[in-house]
Amino acid sequence: MSSWPILSLVTFLPLVGAFFCLIVNGPKEAVDRNCRSAALVTSLATFVISLLLWARFDGTKASFQFEETLAWVPALNIGYHMGVDGISLFFVLLSTLLTPICILSSWDAVQVRVKEYMIAFLVLETFMVGMFCALDLALFYVFFEGVLIPMFLIIGVWGGKRRVYAAFKFFLYTLLGSVLMLLAIIAIYWQIGTTDLPTAMEKLNLPFRWQFWLWLAFFASFAVKVPMWPVHTWLPDAHVEAPTAGSVILAGVLLKMGGYGFLRFSVPLMPEASQYFAPFVFGLSIVAIIYTSLVALVQEDMKKLIAYSSVAHMGFVTIGIFVMNMQGVQGSIFQMLSHGIVSAALFLCVGVVYDRMHTREIAAYGGLVHRMPRYAFTFMFFTLASVGLPGLSGFVGEFLVLLGAFKANTWVAFLAATGLILGAAYALWLYRKIIFGELTKDSLKAILDMNRREITVFLPLVLITVWMGIYPNSFLDPMAPSVDKLIGDYNAALKLARTAALAP
Amino acid sequence: MFLGLESWTLARPEIFLAVATGLLLMYGVMRGEVATPFVSAATSVALLATAALLFLPYREGTAFASLFITDRLTTTMKALVLVGSAIAVLMSRAYFEQVKAWRFEYPLLVALATLGMMLMISANDLMALYVGLELQSLALYVIAAFQRDSIRSTEAGVKYFVLGSVASGMLLFGASLIYGFCGGTAFVQISRALLDGKAGEIGTVIGLVFVVAGLAFKVSAVPFHMWTPDVYEGAPTPVTALFAVAPKIAAISLMVSVLMGPFKPLFAQWQQIIVVASILSMALGAFAALRQQNIKRLMAYSSIGNVGYVLLGLASGSEKGIQSVVFYLAIYVVMTLGAFSIILMMKRRDIMVENVSDLAGLGKSHPLMAFAMLIFMFSMAGIPPLAGFWGKLYIFMAAVEARLFWPAILGVLASVVASYYYLRIVKVMYFDEATAEALDLPAFGVNRSVAFVAAFLVAAFSLAPQPLSLVAAAAAKGLFP
Repeated sequence: MSSWPILSLVTFLPLVGAFFCLIVNGPKEAVDRNCRSAALVTSLATFVISLLLWARFDGTKASFQFEETLAWVPALNIGYHMGVDGISLFFVLLSTLLTPICILSSWDAVQVRVKEYMIAFLVLETFMVGMFCALDLALFYVFFEGVLIPMFLIIGVWGGKRRVYAAFKFFLYTLLGSVLMLLAIIAIYWQIGTTDLPTAMEKLNLPFRWQFWLWLAFFASFAVKVPMWPVHTWLPDAHVEAPTAGSVILAGVLLKMGGYGFLRFSVPLMPEASQYFAPFVFGLSIVAIIYTSLVALVQEDMKKLIAYSSVAHMGFVTIGIFVMNMQGVQGSIFQMLSHGIVSAALFLCVGVVYDRMHTREIAAYGGLVHRMPRYAFTFMFFTLASVGLPGLSGFVGEFLVLLGAFKANTWVAFLAATGLILGAAYALWLYRKIIFGELTKDSLKAILDMNRREITVFLPLVLITVWMGIYPNSFLDPMAPSVDKLIGDYNAALKLARTAALAP
Repeated sequence: MFLGLESWTLARPEIFLAVATGLLLMYGVMRGEVATPFVSAATSVALLATAALLFLPYREGTAFASLFITDRLTTTMKALVLVGSAIAVLMSRAYFEQVKAWRFEYPLLVALATLGMMLMISANDLMALYVGLELQSLALYVIAAFQRDSIRSTEAGVKYFVLGSVASGMLLFGASLIYGFCGGTAFVQISRALLDGKAGEIGTVIGLVFVVAGLAFKVSAVPFHMWTPDVYEGAPTPVTALFAVAPKIAAISLMVSVLMGPFKPLFAQWQQIIVVASILSMALGAFAALRQQNIKRLMAYSSIGNVGYVLLGLASGSEKGIQSVVFYLAIYVVMTLGAFSIILMMKRRDIMVENVSDLAGLGKSHPLMAFAMLIFMFSMAGIPPLAGFWGKLYIFMAAVEARLFWPAILGVLASVVASYYYLRIVKVMYFDEATAEALDLPAFGVNRSVAFVAAFLVAAFSLAPQPLSLVAAAAAKGLFP
């Protein structure tokens, strides 16, 4: 369709900016200024090119588009194979959108080691985009794991007080899950002699016993990333200690890697095991939704509260994926996108007041509406979007997931729906504590409302949230054929397995 | 016995190195201490020239009545050893000058040790193997204790000598058992005897066990690793760098050619031993290093862990397994030399420091040095996309294909544990504030260049592992004609 390697361009363009930052030299102020601008310009350019991707994407096709193939390590039959379909397209866009926003949001907040900070973010963008485009298991793994290096540094260098602990916990938790996935990838390679994903989808036909173990190995990796209860404990720590922009990327993109992994690998490659484990996933997700919502209710730290709410929201995602019907899967993808925007925006909201007061304790705030009307509006907007107010993005995803779940299992839908109520409870409680009430604290009397740069940061997010809520079809339509194919293949594989089992 | 010209041409790199070392030794003795800079530089050149001779032109075959063999595998391993030794010699100058132990004997002893390693690698007979091994070991015992006025260095030398002799004894005992049961020491004879039905005899197996134990000592695989941390810590740092690279490769190469060569028929027997040693090494290398404060000691445990991964590749016993061994070793050499070049640059007011905590704040004070170390550490931890990841991937691919599932699972889990201490170094460099005075600015020189080149190579292997894997594939062909 396109003659030039647009996906590679989107993936590796940020590295050009990173390289520029690396070689720029001079007095500190000039270096900082240049690095900031360079990072912003490159990430914006990347975003514009990725929009082109969307414009030229053929929304009627289910197959992979913009494919690029290159023999990378022929000795091991590992290829550089990139491509996007309706499922991955929007995740690419999400990553390229959030990176410039992160860079803009840390314009003033980050003052130490600006150069390294910008490099880390640009490298991170490359890994994130590459991961969503990779159509080779080994290539995917490289990007998937590569993300850890810049993120580890971002949390560890620019984080809060307990940043070292949080950075290590984040890294080791994720690595532990991932190495098991690596073994599963090797096992698949051993079976079919290549790590190419489309080939694997076609050829791989594992007996159930194998699917069972491989599914668990993939699950170990993705469940940590999502994160699912009970392996979610790294998330609150990482979020609390990470700098604002780090939290934004963590919540906005990194958590989606788990859900995306389930859709891209677990379900198509191991359909029988996916079906077998679906009740298990439902159980964990429901616990996640209810338990973490309750935990969120008693948090004293704003970021921690939002972090727990992320776990709960991602519980909907995992339910939606494993009910395996059109509404469920589309809903879960939509929910991931919406959560990517909304939770990112909420973390940015925390960042706004944190930059002014340098505390995230809920008790330290109150009555901000009197001094910061614009901020109060923005915060309310995203709180409501997170709660799932109809007309905003959060509603569409949750509604579709519940619809899909209801078709599959009423009880799952019922229990998951309680999460909506609890979610409204903690989100509104947080909002009331911070924004409403009397402005009694002396420290807050001189607080300033959002400046122009901050408004620029939030404006696109507000617009997208409204767009996603009012006209979700511009997102749902392009993904429909791919999701349809995913479900079709899944059902066909199950049917085949059933007839094979019935045959004498 | 008639030795044809063919024998001499096949062994011409070894002969060249022996002659060059002899000449340089004479020159050094005649000129005295003033000759040191020249001898040192000339030795490095000689080592590199020997490496070049391996390929100009490349030959294979057996020589000296089948005592000596060269093929793709031995040539590749020799090239790695020679380059490793040459760089280790180059890297040592600044250190020894500073501790006032800059003598011309040091480079020559390294050259002799390297000669021994080359003979080991090319050995095609248990006697030749033993001679090469002893030449290497004796030279290494001396250089471990080379810093004569340091108690730790002397202690390291003595420890290495005593424990090394025990291992040599075991190896010799095993070799004699094998000789007794198989009726010969040549690899050809052994393999013929094993194929003729001697394999079932208990004496052969016991002999094999002793030989493997002796070799395991040389590669410092658990449970024969006890000497490693002490010797690594005590020996002068450039010597540690050498120990971590050259003898390891030589001994592993020897292990590969012995086990995959004459003892191939006993695969089922030795595979168990190697698998157990591999798992234990990976685990010990990971867990014991967690609390180490001394960076050299930490590198010692790290090398034990790395040997564990290499042994896992060997335990696969397949062509892919051997490829993975070569591939992993090549990357290991680069990373280790790079890391040691950084360690050799750790000086405060011209005094070498070697605690992990001395690196605190390096990310701020020496950004480039810290960045290079960051690359080496993430690479050693096996985090993609860095080169170390490809090495591990290769090893695990071979292991899974050989159906060694549990060792592979334990291996990846150990690598997670091990990643903790590599990360700790990154943490100290980047997250911690400098507590003491910053380290000295590293002078222009060999160490800086080595660090730079090694970092560049790691990056290059990360992006394009293909050329190296072709080398590895060609090398493994030597054993699987």
